[in-house]
Amino acid sequence: MITVLFFAKQQEQLGLEKVERSESKLPVSELKQKLIEDYPELSLANTMTAINEEYAEEDQIINDRDVVAFIPPVSGG
Amino acid sequence: MEYYKITSEEIDVNQVITSVIRPEAGAINTFIGTVREFTGEKQTVSLQYEAYPSMAEKQLKRIGIEIREQWPNVQTSIVHRIGKLAISDIAVVIAVASPHRAESYEASRYAIERIKEIVPIWKKEYWTDGQEWIGDQLENTAYKNGAPKEEKE
Repeated sequence: MITVLFFAKQQEQLGLEKVERSESKLPVSELKQKLIEDYPELSLANTMTAINEEYAEEDQIINDRDVVAFIPPVSGG
Repeated sequence: MEYYKITSEEIDVNQVITSVIRPEAGAINTFIGTVREFTGEKQTVSLQYEAYPSMAEKQLKRIGIEIREQWPNVQTSIVHRIGKLAISDIAVVIAVASPHRAESYEASRYAIERIKEIVPIWKKEYWTDGQEWIGDQLENTAYKNGAPKEEKE
């Protein structure tokens, strides 16, 4: 089981702050693909991914109980 | 004592400044980021900051570490406010103490630029004629080298 978090525009697109997913042991790119298939309204363009609060690359493997967060372009400051 | 915090409360500027005071410091540089009313033709009414607070605080800490690597004798504290803010409200305060003034300016500038690159905080602008999450309105703010690119001003 993994937890997926959404913020800002993506959270609004989905009307969801987080989802629990049954898959694990898959790369970030594959999870993105599955989410886009499940949620056609979701756009992950230009979006970074964090695993357990650290930025992750597209080929990084997501393990069971990881918390995955999608980080659209930031605009703090 | 240095600190790195995301808060939904009003920021106490003095508290951020006093946190970096120490006998070795001969300069304290304070950057205060406020909510701007006009950006070109656009008139902002209010804005909303949202964050991934736990990760954002980690990234702020990381900026502090990066600063220490470049300017070893510098102390930094950073506080960013989230929630609904009005025009001229303080959104971010950075205090940098250093033995001599040059490093405090450089480190402070570095901190604000890095906040705009790597810290998961998002701003939603409410204008007189609409609203938008800033950062992706052009769909071309691509990421480079594993970190978000700077927002265009």
